[in-house]
Amino acid sequence: MGTPPTTSGMMDPRMVAVVKKQRIQDFLFHKVTMLFALLVLVALAGILVSLMISAWPAFQKFGIQFIWTNEWDIINENFGAAIAIYGTLISSVIALLIAVPLAFGIALFLTEMCPLWLRRPLGTAIELLAAVPSIIYGMFGLFIFAPLFADYGQPALQSTLGQMPLIGPLFGGAMNGIGLLAAGIILAFMVLPFIAAVMRDVFEIVPPILRESAYGLGCTTWEVVRYIVLPYTQKGVIGGIMLGLGRALGETMAVTFVIGNSQRIRESLFAPGTSIASTLANEFGEADDFHLSTLFALGFLLFVITFVVLAIAKIMIMRSEKAQGAKT
Amino acid sequence: MDTNLYRRRKFVNKLGLFASMLAMVLGLFVLLWILFILFKNGFAGLSLAIFTESTPAPGSEGGGLANAIVGSLMMVGVSVLISTPIGIFAGVYLAEFGDDNKLASVTRFVTDIMLSAPSIVLGLFVYAVLVAQVKHFSGWAGSLALALIAIPVVLKTTENMLRLVPGSLREAAFALGAPHWKVTNYVTLRAARAGVMTGLLLALARISGETAPLLFTALNNQFFSTNMNAPMANLPVVIFQFAMSPYDNWVSLAWAGALLITLSVLALNIIARVLFRERTAG
Repeated sequence: MGTPPTTSGMMDPRMVAVVKKQRIQDFLFHKVTMLFALLVLVALAGILVSLMISAWPAFQKFGIQFIWTNEWDIINENFGAAIAIYGTLISSVIALLIAVPLAFGIALFLTEMCPLWLRRPLGTAIELLAAVPSIIYGMFGLFIFAPLFADYGQPALQSTLGQMPLIGPLFGGAMNGIGLLAAGIILAFMVLPFIAAVMRDVFEIVPPILRESAYGLGCTTWEVVRYIVLPYTQKGVIGGIMLGLGRALGETMAVTFVIGNSQRIRESLFAPGTSIASTLANEFGEADDFHLSTLFALGFLLFVITFVVLAIAKIMIMRSEKAQGAKT
Repeated sequence: MDTNLYRRRKFVNKLGLFASMLAMVLGLFVLLWILFILFKNGFAGLSLAIFTESTPAPGSEGGGLANAIVGSLMMVGVSVLISTPIGIFAGVYLAEFGDDNKLASVTRFVTDIMLSAPSIVLGLFVYAVLVAQVKHFSGWAGSLALALIAIPVVLKTTENMLRLVPGSLREAAFALGAPHWKVTNYVTLRAARAGVMTGLLLALARISGETAPLLFTALNNQFFSTNMNAPMANLPVVIFQFAMSPYDNWVSLAWAGALLITLSVLALNIIARVLFRERTAG
């Protein structure tokens, strides 16, 4: 691919000169574009290295224990990441518990039920949900959702789920709207479009012959989706969910507005908490040397966690595409 | 015939389909609800002063967002200037030389991950390599952070769009004896122009609403300033600070800013889609 067609047989010296010049140009073209591709890799390596360097004092002082130390004492400079990691994971899990069924429903609707002429506008509308900046979700969550949630959602949850054994205490305590659960719900609607878009795309690549044979056997639409489409697209669906998880873990602004920003782990999901990203957003401005270094350590952890999650997502989606290529 | 089983299957089917329709309705409802709230609260705070006056001091009346709007435009503009060449060149490399090539597949993988990487971490990175070194926040740092977010978007769309160009078009150019760079520059990139533009617009939309990385890089500036070497006001951070503030006129300015940002982001998205559709249709 790299070189133009050879010119053996053309002996005109001017021609040879032109070809030589073009060869050099093409060589440069190849190398220059490669340099820019390399730049992307260098940027990634640079991010990891620079975060590590800035976080080094914190890692050096606390060691690996930093990850599970349940302490965030700025005055005595005693720091641990457990509280922020807990908040990040719990709010993301809540988001997925809500967003995955909804995304599945939306993908099913768009691929199986929706009239053709409505598919595009409805699909675009869901994608626009992904385009709304996260700070807008945050404001919406703080000013509109949280008061409604405190007045109606939380009492309803407390009187139903809150009365059940085992999970009851999760829905106890003061009801002021903001907290881990509210952050999870807002996150759910932020990641919903990403998961729904992947699910819709993989549902669409199921070969029609599989679908039609199932319909021919007398399956209902639900059974076709449940027993044919879903197993067939399993890897892609999991990839989409991991993609959503990656987004949820690193989301900053929407969470910062509604999570409550309290450096404590509490039993109730109604209670305020914090996430890695919201801790960074809140404390970075006022932090000095050592505190700053622990914040960098948090950022490093966040980057590593999301990197792993997103890498798994990417590999899953790639495999599902590859399997698709092999079968058709 | 077991009519019971038959009935149950039909019922489960109806239930499942009904639930999925409900999910769709809920998704649309949330989008419309957010837009409705934005319009309601945003228009109330919208006035000519928004575009002519700078952000007010604590406690003072009135004020606008002029400094933030200008700051945002400048930083987004610079970051587009940085990310466009990098994204397009790297995208060209992946599309033209990227088959069976280790470097290309690793780059592709990393790009896909960077596409969803937490933007706040990119802010931290720019803080560490730029702000901490020169010891002050600046508009340049903000632009750099935004560019890091935009590059993967531009790169990804450029590669995809170049790959959509029919092989016969490139082969015809090669058969005429054109060197590779001319084929790419005058044939493939020309054919994919609308698609590449789509990528730029999507990147623009993506970074216009980014807040988190700017907190550590551009920070904010209460006064009107076009000095990229100093802390710079920008819409997202102003919205963040004003929305959390106790002053009513600040909160109302935050809503107006939120409306401006959302409208421009959605408009950019829709333009990008229309552009792309025309390209694929034509």
